[in-house]
Amino acid sequence: MTRLQVIDTERCVGCQLCMYACQRRFGKGGIGSAAIFVRSRGGMGRGFRVVVCRACSDPPCAAVCPVDALRIRKGGGVILQPNKCIGCGHCQEACTIGAIFWDDRANKPVICVHCGYCANFCPHGVIALVKEGSKDVIK
Amino acid sequence: MLLNDPLAKVLYIDLSRRSFWIEYRQDLFEKYLGGVGVASMLLKEECPEGIDPFDPKNPIIFAVGPLVGLFPMASKTVAMFKSPLTGNLGESHAGGRSAASIRLAGYGAIVIKGASDIPIYLTIYNDKVRFHDGRAIWGTRSTVAGRALREKEPGSGIRCIMRIGVAGERLVRYACVITETFRHFGRLGLGAVFGSKKLKAIVIAGNNTLQVKKGKIYKEAYKEIFKRILSLSALKKYHDLGTPVNILPLNKIKALPTRNLKTAFFEEAEKISGEHFAENHLGRRLACTHCPIACIHLAALRQPYKDEPYFYKTTFISYDYELIYALGSMLGISDSVGILRLLDEIEILGLDAISTGVVLAWATEAFEKGLITEKETELRPKWGDYESYINMVRKIVTQPNDFYKTLALGVDEAAKRYGGEEFALAFGKNEMPGYHTGPGSYLGFLTGARHSHLDSAGYSFDQKYLGKEFTSKDLAIALFKEESYRQILCSLVICLFARSVYDCQTVLRLLDIAGFTMNEKTLRQLGEEILKNKYQFKIQEGFSFKNLRIPKRILETISPHGQLKEDFLREAINVYQQLLEGKIFLD
Ligand code: SF4
Ligand code: SF4
Ligand code: SF4
Repeated sequence: MTRLQVIDTERCVGCQLCMYACQRRFGKGGIGSAAIFVRSRGGMGRGFRVVVCRACSDPPCAAVCPVDALRIRKGGGVILQPNKCIGCGHCQEACTIGAIFWDDRANKPVICVHCGYCANFCPHGVIALVKEGSKDVIK
Repeated sequence: MLLNDPLAKVLYIDLSRRSFWIEYRQDLFEKYLGGVGVASMLLKEECPEGIDPFDPKNPIIFAVGPLVGLFPMASKTVAMFKSPLTGNLGESHAGGRSAASIRLAGYGAIVIKGASDIPIYLTIYNDKVRFHDGRAIWGTRSTVAGRALREKEPGSGIRCIMRIGVAGERLVRYACVITETFRHFGRLGLGAVFGSKKLKAIVIAGNNTLQVKKGKIYKEAYKEIFKRILSLSALKKYHDLGTPVNILPLNKIKALPTRNLKTAFFEEAEKISGEHFAENHLGRRLACTHCPIACIHLAALRQPYKDEPYFYKTTFISYDYELIYALGSMLGISDSVGILRLLDEIEILGLDAISTGVVLAWATEAFEKGLITEKETELRPKWGDYESYINMVRKIVTQPNDFYKTLALGVDEAAKRYGGEEFALAFGKNEMPGYHTGPGSYLGFLTGARHSHLDSAGYSFDQKYLGKEFTSKDLAIALFKEESYRQILCSLVICLFARSVYDCQTVLRLLDIAGFTMNEKTLRQLGEEILKNKYQFKIQEGFSFKNLRIPKRILETISPHGQLKEDFLREAINVYQQLLEGKIFLD
């Protein structure tokens, strides 16, 4: 199983190409339902934070979902089952790193599925798709 | 354009009445795409003939284009207004997060009219527009205002914070608007127009999704563009060293204006080169939203406090070719730390760095020649002495006497008043950028709609035609074509660094994905039409090709094309005028 890994945020230039890429998976522009978010650490001079699901092996977001809409993904993280989700937002609160985003129109969470599409468009080696289980990576 | 594309929405804000409304202007965007094309039409609609640039009626117009949020490097916002520096067409472009935030907040353009009675700032979050009390951030450094709003306002990561420094508040005619700390609507005094409206800052954020005609084709086209951008060697060099990569090559061909262009060769250029800055100061690189190049280079400047040992501060300062020229070679400063300190002061106060450098260079030479004395300057300006220049910059903003009040009006006015017009380096009243490359460069400054090197890139013509023969007509035609096509790029608001990727055929393909059907002929005609629209405004506001002042200095200092001749330039200007008037027909 593979998952998306933030390799080195210090290399991030804040271009947000990853956010646009994630949105483009659905054949659309903009960033309205991107599952990755890049923001400055309080002014761009200080560099950036790349916020994306880190594929917990025991995900708190799934634990708090009252209707079991978040299925635990093999290799870490969760898979949203939108037809079960009632849009309560508990998962968003439970994710300590703030990696659950919200699609306002659908009123459902947006969570990374670890497909790696965004990593193809990061020009600066900040994010990459890695094999789960390779022992030498620390999330 | 696509049905329901929010691009068609124009947000109008009236600061006098504290009201706002939205109009659907498919008519404008359908025809003029966005950016410069749309903004120049809105300027025509909104700016009454002959008004003072500080009249509340002077509109501030921001416009973006259809490819923003869809394709990489469609990352600029065009601002238009009547310029307080030239009293004519004001046009300035900036990147940062500005274009993406306007487009994703759901607008194609924003028109700001009127003036507030007390200092205010604006927030625009999608369809929510709010007026806020700005008194607590009035009179503050641009950095302080930025920090305050960053903490007070939401939208981190997707917002743009435009703000002015005290230079804008005090109406220095070349005050800039700063966005995302390191990007600028630099030229032609937008900051002073903000100041005249008591508008300290605007925060804009949005996170819309955008439709395209066909998702699959869109994804494929994106991939291809992305690949092409990354494989361009020209762009790699902007990533590596940034625009200062040009310091050494320009110096080598003797085209780097030095000490107010008394010469075009800086003997200490090595010390201010892109290489030197990268090796000694580069601390971080940044990109505008949706740009893979990341040409923004930040110097990490570590400075000791004088009053305490081992006590340091580290500031991040963005540097570029133009700034190193204007505050480095032009002032004879070879100490890169000195350049950065001067630059930092200019950023904090919110001035356009190019204009400031040229104004200071004129003042130094005028001082040398005795046209002005310490009575006026209150200190002794001297080439290379950045401490004095830092003090002068402060005085331009605080304006302690008539001399500094005049300096705050620009170099053209200063020379009119104190003499030295032959070495007052402004064209169309706009202080010159750093290219003494030859006749192309100057023809561009003279005839370009905003008197900028970016209008028609004459410096690039000069370098391409080095050692080759051409007539004034050849030159005028080449620049006219270039300026015309750039109107398309600047209507789509594509960063000009990506111009070779966004050729005509590519643009047509991408426009189709965004729902615009055009062909090469209509596209090229549109470019010319937009340019002509801008000139109509210029002429209406009193611009005349005949009255263009050519400072003698540029004819005296030998260029890579030898000694420049006024006649040659005048002939070329003449041809340019005829091209604009449609008296010469191009196939
Ligand atoms: S969304 Fe947050 S809590 Fe859930 S798996 Fe990802 S990182 Fe863990
Ligand atoms: S891995 Fe896939 S789902 Fe996750 S952020 Fe990247 S593109 Fe989006
Ligand atoms: S694409 Fe890479 S460099 Fe750009 S914002 Fe995303 S993580 Fe940072």
